[in-house]
Amino acid sequence: MITLKLNGQDHQLDVTEDMPLLWAIRDVAGYSGTKFGCGMGLCGACTIHIDGAPARSCITPIGSVSGQAVSTIDNLHRDPLGQLVQQAWLDTAVAQCGFCQGGQIMSATALLKTHPNPSDEQIETAMLGNICRCGTYNRIKTAIRQVASHLQEAKA
Amino acid sequence: MSRLPSDFVLSNLSRRGFLKGVGATGALVLAASWGWREAFAEGSKFGADGMPNGWVDDPKVYVSIAADGTVTVLCNRSEMGQGVRTSLSMVVADELDADWAMVKVRQAPGDEVRFGNQDTDGSRSMRHWYEPMRRCGAAARSMLEQAAANQWQVPVGECRAQLHTVLHQPSGRQLGYGALAEAAAALPVPARESLRLKQSSEFRYIGKDSVRAIDGEDIVTGRAVYGADVHFEGMLFATVARPPVYGGTVKSFDASAALKVPGVVKVMPIDSRPIPSEFQPLGGVAVIASNTWAAIKGREALKIVWDDGANAGYDSIAYRKELEAAALKPGKVVRSTGNIDEALNSADSSLEAAYYLPHLAQSPMEPMVAVARFQDGQCEAWAPSQAPQVTRERIAERLGIAFDKVRVNVTLLGGGFGRKSKPDFILEAAILAQAFPGKAVRVQWTREDDIHNSYFHTVSAEYLKASLNQDGMPSGWLHRTVAPSITALFAPGMNHAAAFELGMGFTNMAYAIPNVRLENPEAAAHTRVGWYRSVSNIPHGFAIQSFVDELAHKAGQDPLKYQVKLLGPDRQIDPRTLSEEWNYGESPERYPIDTARLRAVLETAAQAAGWGRELPKGRGLGLAVHYSFVTYVAAVIEVEVKDDGTLLVHKADIAVDCGPQINPERIRSQFEGACVMGLGNAVLGEISFKDGKVQQDNFHMYEVARMSLAPKVLAVHLVTPPGNVPLGGVGEPGVPPIAPALCNAIFAATGKRIRSLPVRYQLQGWQQEKA
Repeated sequence: MITLKLNGQDHQLDVTEDMPLLWAIRDVAGYSGTKFGCGMGLCGACTIHIDGAPARSCITPIGSVSGQAVSTIDNLHRDPLGQLVQQAWLDTAVAQCGFCQGGQIMSATALLKTHPNPSDEQIETAMLGNICRCGTYNRIKTAIRQVASHLQEAKA
Repeated sequence: MSRLPSDFVLSNLSRRGFLKGVGATGALVLAASWGWREAFAEGSKFGADGMPNGWVDDPKVYVSIAADGTVTVLCNRSEMGQGVRTSLSMVVADELDADWAMVKVRQAPGDEVRFGNQDTDGSRSMRHWYEPMRRCGAAARSMLEQAAANQWQVPVGECRAQLHTVLHQPSGRQLGYGALAEAAAALPVPARESLRLKQSSEFRYIGKDSVRAIDGEDIVTGRAVYGADVHFEGMLFATVARPPVYGGTVKSFDASAALKVPGVVKVMPIDSRPIPSEFQPLGGVAVIASNTWAAIKGREALKIVWDDGANAGYDSIAYRKELEAAALKPGKVVRSTGNIDEALNSADSSLEAAYYLPHLAQSPMEPMVAVARFQDGQCEAWAPSQAPQVTRERIAERLGIAFDKVRVNVTLLGGGFGRKSKPDFILEAAILAQAFPGKAVRVQWTREDDIHNSYFHTVSAEYLKASLNQDGMPSGWLHRTVAPSITALFAPGMNHAAAFELGMGFTNMAYAIPNVRLENPEAAAHTRVGWYRSVSNIPHGFAIQSFVDELAHKAGQDPLKYQVKLLGPDRQIDPRTLSEEWNYGESPERYPIDTARLRAVLETAAQAAGWGRELPKGRGLGLAVHYSFVTYVAAVIEVEVKDDGTLLVHKADIAVDCGPQINPERIRSQFEGACVMGLGNAVLGEISFKDGKVQQDNFHMYEVARMSLAPKVLAVHLVTPPGNVPLGGVGEPGVPPIAPALCNAIFAATGKRIRSLPVRYQLQGWQQEKA
């Protein structure tokens, strides 16, 4: 049994230590918002937060995160910044098929947490690991900028 | 039946069923017509009329209203990001005059007798379903008005439905839709001819950007249910080791190590079917486990000896040479006007060029996945399918049960792009489920599985030669296209392109050129070739639009002006006069090729891009125009080629005339996405084979567009055509003009002509070459 701090709760999971967090979260803990896209950390569909930092759950063994807080897109609405990002995604009508968007939103939220007013280069660097096969990148940038300007206004 | 005529035509049939029963019996039972003449004689069935199981416009099938007023629209088409669940619901809601906040959508299972054609492909959902769904909404509205009139005992003409309420105008009485629902449902559906459809000025949602995507909130909160998100208590998880070469089989396997992996429950073979394998699974060895990770680890531990079969020699380098050689020799003539030989012999000058485009894999972000459960002789499946009806048919055949013992539920698709039209992966789940009665079994493909076992976009060599007049305009046009055909999936010996492939931008080339000959030399398929967003328009559009740019430069003329001159006078061309009978399954009278619309999109894109303006060194503008899926699209791309040969796409202006715009917001998003995907295809996309095996494994080797490749500014300009024209397609036609517009821009920036895709590293050292 491995204890996983997931979305604010302790989960006792009967899995081996080498199991990637992605499969523990999806198959065993039962949260399905985190998606499998490549299994090699190449596409970002599985992006989660570990102690607030973005990570690819498909290449992170569950045994490596003991004691750390793991959170997924399923829980993001509890985070005020996460809510803003989700709202911006809706306002900009970013999603097409939507499969990658949970990962995109998790990456964007992590970026905005550390860089509330990111430059275009910072946006691109932070989002480069997230593939969207529908090609929604321009709207993703627009949505991130919308959150940034909201944060700037709130600060002023 | 061994008849394999050379003029096999897919007619209006979609991606399925035209060799019904191949999987079950190996016999060739044809549901399609042989040759266009017979197809034509079939009774001029065009559009939705020509699709298997046609259309249905019964509001009792598609619309239900609850006592609380909630309107539920059933969606018979698969949602893969094109927004069809929103757009079809919007159309019903508009004619019903429903309050959008009260509208929900539910996905129909595969059942075409009930729901009409469900194949979500060919960019035709709105084209074929707009009118039936309008009638559903209008009929339901009229039934609500009748129910209110009955209750109030007033003439129905005095009652008017308005935003979820029926109003009795003289008395001011009103009743909500919810209160009327039960009585309305008991009424007969009014006759089609009696329906009053809205005038476009009355539209509340259609043509406006007023409606939000119906699945938007579920998507951003992670609640949306895709194929892999269907979960049952105690379900099993499977992976399959498939033959590495198309047509290969398992010689022997050793499961002992796999069975020792914790969580692995069973290892079992899946039979391969003889090739061509149509939509059947490739076979191999399945590992069934208590979770996905165990199934993946178990598969790694399998020891399998394969017999690679007849395609073990497939080698992309050698095959390219074969295609290119074939393109230099005469082939089957598919269109001939005037006398090309004479034109070439008597010309002042000529220009020839050859182009090459590799295989691509659709690789939607959601790899193939399906869940199935077999119980009491019945099979139920849940899958991200573009074709639930054919999936049902094939499951029934493969499991040996009756069609009506199979249910196929359609989840959201995490992208499709044509890959999920083929149910091979769903059949795998059904086969494994039969071995575990009562248990749900999920088959999960890895990304490697997806890239290795796509139904690949074809590989193509294109050869063009033009005879030129003194003014630089072509007097003659010879074009050969050589590419393995999708029809090779369905029968042996299909070495020529089908009419539906040639009709994608090849046969229907609309330039005003007096002498034209179009040829299609043979090419044999050595892998599964399938539909990939915009299909054969990709090679045809790239070759033709690159070549026209080359002609313009040879003539020393501005490419935009040259294009307009080449289009000739504004006219509507009956595609049959171009030997083009397929016409995307649409009526040649309703859907002629309109050169004025081609010109309009060209000029719109060019104007938006500031065509002709001075650009800094290393930058260039390129344009291309392409007609596909009965929609007119032009693209102008501004590219910067850096010193190291890498590309920066500064701007893309896309002009689109798809006829009337139902959901403009989703139209723009489709064309934005198609632009980015088109750039990925052009710059990065390549699947290659060696020893019959795909050489790319995952996204580090099969690269697709990331944010850095997206244009810094991406603008879609919707052009409203004059007059009353019917709807065009939206999902696919944005792809074909992108690669040629980009490469034409690269030429403008560097003087280097890209004739072989992908661009990749071809621009390294471009400045030295220029010097």
